[in-house]
Amino acid sequence: MNISRRQILVLLPAAAIAWKSVLAGTPEDSPNYKMSEHWWGMLIDIPKCIGCGNCVRACQTENDVPNGLFRTWVERYHVTDEDMISPQVISPDGGKEGFPVVAEDAGKYFFVPKLCNHCADSPCTQVCPVGATFVSPDGVVLVDQSYCLGCAYCVQACPYGCRYIHPEKKVADKCTLCYHRITKGLTTACCESCPTGARQLVDLKNPADPIHEFLKTHSVQVLKPQMATGAKAYYNGLDGSVR
Amino acid sequence: MSVFKDAGHLFRFAGLFVLAFLVFWAVRGFVVPKTFGQYGHYRAAALGDIAAHPAKYAGHETCEACHSDILDVKKNGKHAHVNCEACHGALANHAADPASVTPVKPDTAVLCARCHTASAAKPKGFPQVNPEEHSSGVPCQTCHNPHSPAMDANAGGAK
Repeated sequence: MNISRRQILVLLPAAAIAWKSVLAGTPEDSPNYKMSEHWWGMLIDIPKCIGCGNCVRACQTENDVPNGLFRTWVERYHVTDEDMISPQVISPDGGKEGFPVVAEDAGKYFFVPKLCNHCADSPCTQVCPVGATFVSPDGVVLVDQSYCLGCAYCVQACPYGCRYIHPEKKVADKCTLCYHRITKGLTTACCESCPTGARQLVDLKNPADPIHEFLKTHSVQVLKPQMATGAKAYYNGLDGSVR
Repeated sequence: MSVFKDAGHLFRFAGLFVLAFLVFWAVRGFVVPKTFGQYGHYRAAALGDIAAHPAKYAGHETCEACHSDILDVKKNGKHAHVNCEACHGALANHAADPASVTPVKPDTAVLCARCHTASAAKPKGFPQVNPEEHSSGVPCQTCHNPHSPAMDANAGGAK
């Protein structure tokens, strides 16, 4: 059988394509974990937060977050009676070592833990030019760091300031909602170390999750609802002055 | 038949197009990651890469499997819902190798004060003290068991 040069030129690429599809496998999943059965979010119970900074420290330890950058941080708001719409906000070192003591003073004080809102319609994933960041089938906004170019469009696009460029890897980095933990049946590092239960991992697809009852019976808000991001960080008792 | 009589140059040109398309398809096969597009416009294998990150917090269920004596003290106290690693720090490496990795006992002067130092910013119902006035330097665990801090078992705990 004679094979002409043209036939070889046609057959070789075809064979290559066939071989690639043979090599292609499915991604490694944890056994017993089905992405389609979960839709993750977080509940932040502001009246329970004491500003201890446990979550910030736990996150930095668990996820090797560089010093001075934060996947989660705690802000302290001070709202005076005379000026309800312009609060004074501090977050010394992300609230990692707690906050300076305040005496009884005019106005109110409260703590607001912040983290990625794991938006269902996230602005950050929509601007990625290469498909390096995405909403996973179980509702977690993740970054494929081997694919990211480090252009920082997503850092600009996030309305909540939850992304940064990793100073050594030079790629976008953010809260993964401890994806390596929640896929193994653990809770996130921040929730694990919160002493008051002010942060709770919630699974909106789990009918037994107490979040459903909580959302029915409490005044719960998300940050910047006017931006229609589909944020899944639910804040209980959120003050109107919080930005 | 006469339509194709002088059309040889068109077939050659069409062949060139087909070839170029196949080359493009072959190159694309090598350049685009295998699992790209499986769930959406991203590399599906990235999920596995991210999930492979090692956990440093073992989780309280792991601690309680061995330290059931502490759990018995803790479960009826005011700190029942404070997880082990909230105070003791990340200890997955201790859980993996309890013999060679021994955790350091936290310094109560720092640890207790971090949560319980009085501040107007903290929720009103949360137990708060001014550490200097409260104990004048006496370590917290002299009077309180950190695992069940109420001094009288029948009382609801120091406010």
